Amino acid sequence: MSKSPEELCQERLKRVKDAVALKVPDRVPVTAFFAYFAASYSGITYEEYTYDPEKMLKAAIKVHEDFEPDLADIPSIYYLGPTLDAVGFKQLRWPGRHLSANKPYQFVEGEYMKADEYGHFLDDPTDWLIRKYWPRICTEFEPFSQIAPLKYSFTYFNMGSLAPFGTPGLQQALSALKNVGEAALQALNYTVKFSEEMGKRGFPLSLGGLTQAPYDTLGDYFRGTRGIMMDMYRRPDELLKALDKLTPWMIEQGVNAGKQSGNPFIFIPLHKGSDKFMNQRQFETFYWPTLKELMLGLIKEGMTPIVFVEADHTSRLETMKDVPPGKVVYHMENTDMFKAKEILGDRVCLKGNVPVSLLCLGTPDEIKDYCKKLIDVVGKDGGFILDSSVNVEEAKVENVRAMFDFTKEYGRY
Amino acid sequence: MLDELVNLIADLKEKEAVEAAKKLLDDGADPIRVLERCRMATEIVGKRFEEDIYFIPDMLFSGEILEQISQLAKAKIHRDVDDESYAGKVVIGTVEGDLHDIGKNIVAFLLEANNFKTYDLGVDVSAQKFVDAIREVQPDVVGMSGLLTIAFGAMSNTISVIKQAGLRDKVRIMIGGAPTNEDVARRVGADAYAKDAQQGVELARQWSAVK
Repeated sequence: MSKSPEELCQERLKRVKDAVALKVPDRVPVTAFFAYFAASYSGITYEEYTYDPEKMLKAAIKVHEDFEPDLADIPSIYYLGPTLDAVGFKQLRWPGRHLSANKPYQFVEGEYMKADEYGHFLDDPTDWLIRKYWPRICTEFEPFSQIAPLKYSFTYFNMGSLAPFGTPGLQQALSALKNVGEAALQALNYTVKFSEEMGKRGFPLSLGGLTQAPYDTLGDYFRGTRGIMMDMYRRPDELLKALDKLTPWMIEQGVNAGKQSGNPFIFIPLHKGSDKFMNQRQFETFYWPTLKELMLGLIKEGMTPIVFVEADHTSRLETMKDVPPGKVVYHMENTDMFKAKEILGDRVCLKGNVPVSLLCLGTPDEIKDYCKKLIDVVGKDGGFILDSSVNVEEAKVENVRAMFDFTKEYGRY
Repeated sequence: MLDELVNLIADLKEKEAVEAAKKLLDDGADPIRVLERCRMATEIVGKRFEEDIYFIPDMLFSGEILEQISQLAKAKIHRDVDDESYAGKVVIGTVEGDLHDIGKNIVAFLLEANNFKTYDLGVDVSAQKFVDAIREVQPDVVGMSGLLTIAFGAMSNTISVIKQAGLRDKVRIMIGGAPTNEDVARRVGADAYAKDAQQGVELARQWSAVK
């Protein structure tokens, strides 16, 4: 007797939730960030995956039908083309625009917030965002640098401060705002459609929202990698204040997304606190306190932080242990999983980490051996979700298949 | 005073180090000797990095301090300083299709600091550009960086193009970047994987000494 989509959905969700709660599920859950793999697997280009929502949707459905993961990987951070084009986005390069049709999108590092702008940022982050930051990251929003702070316009005698909106430059920026709104709405519709299609097939979604560690938000998008590193020496007080300013903002972003989507899994990718990226004292001063506060803030509102621990964080494991048990998932990329199991096994559900190098360059037998080791050691007594180390784009199809098939067969408890 | 400068830089005392350098130069110290001290300080920084006392932010910050001091010193030098006694020559770049450069820049910086002539080809470097640079520069070592999975294919392609050009046995090739490891190095046909910048310098040192 075959199960209904709802039954399948509940079964998969229970499997994952048991693992998160450090219990022993019926078997080891298995998932993957398909990313552009969905495109190549379905015979379309990365460019089409970025620009053509119908093709994107079909491709995203197909990988899930064929590999049957326990959670569905939302493709909405790939269908970006129309939205980013509408604003002339400069902080990313993507296939079909600046990159050839089958190259993955890549972030453009920069000092988008100047060192002397901490004051402005701390005083009124939204004003800074609109008048300083937007013009730097979006060609179409450059005219916003010309407007007066919106806080100047609150009654009859100062509505005149809105005069810049009458200029041709600003009018064009406003029409870009209208266009990006339409494009974003369409993208959102496709996210909803994807969610419905997954529901019909019995796949719960892997995440309900995204937020970031305050240090990463400030370092990735605003100050840049070099900028924020220099700030630890030259302006540590302002840096700490900015991190504190960002923390409730990052919590709010995750909680709101989780509530709107009805999905408590909130994705938090970690970028700039890994082993070599700062010393332990800096980690404990600038990185961990606000990350911990973020996780606790999410948990308090019923969310489950799904922390994507990128690069190697092996030296941070002891510090990262300080979270409530059974409430957080750490998806490890290159961190030593076996050591992580020893240190965090009774505290945090571990996810990962079949090396993507092996998935790209290895053989199905090598994949099975690796999965076996993970299931035997890290999967022992539950609290484990098997996944690739990072997204599987460029991986060999037979290797991805081996990862899923083997785990479903061998991973039974 | 000159020796104190070494410690000020190595201990990352930005203001004090720059002021000390300024004073030395104003008092008529030989700018070449100031630059020498910069190099000595970098060696200490590199050693501390190797010993896990210093990390990437410390390296970048020391770079900022050195940059300010060498600007000051170079302004006082009226002839070209072309030191022929370098440790070796390295061609380095991020492979085709990949635009990441933070890690690659740190390796290049540390190589320079350790007296390697470093030819940085930038990011998104095609196989042909690597080949052209190898022909022109005749390096001891080629370094390839990649942060994306597409880099595996690009590295392996670049290395086979180098082979086809008949240059493979003229250079040693190291790779690095988050998704790479020893296994990847073996599979794409490189000679070694460098886990971090310091290991990259060590490899370059070994390989250049052999030649």
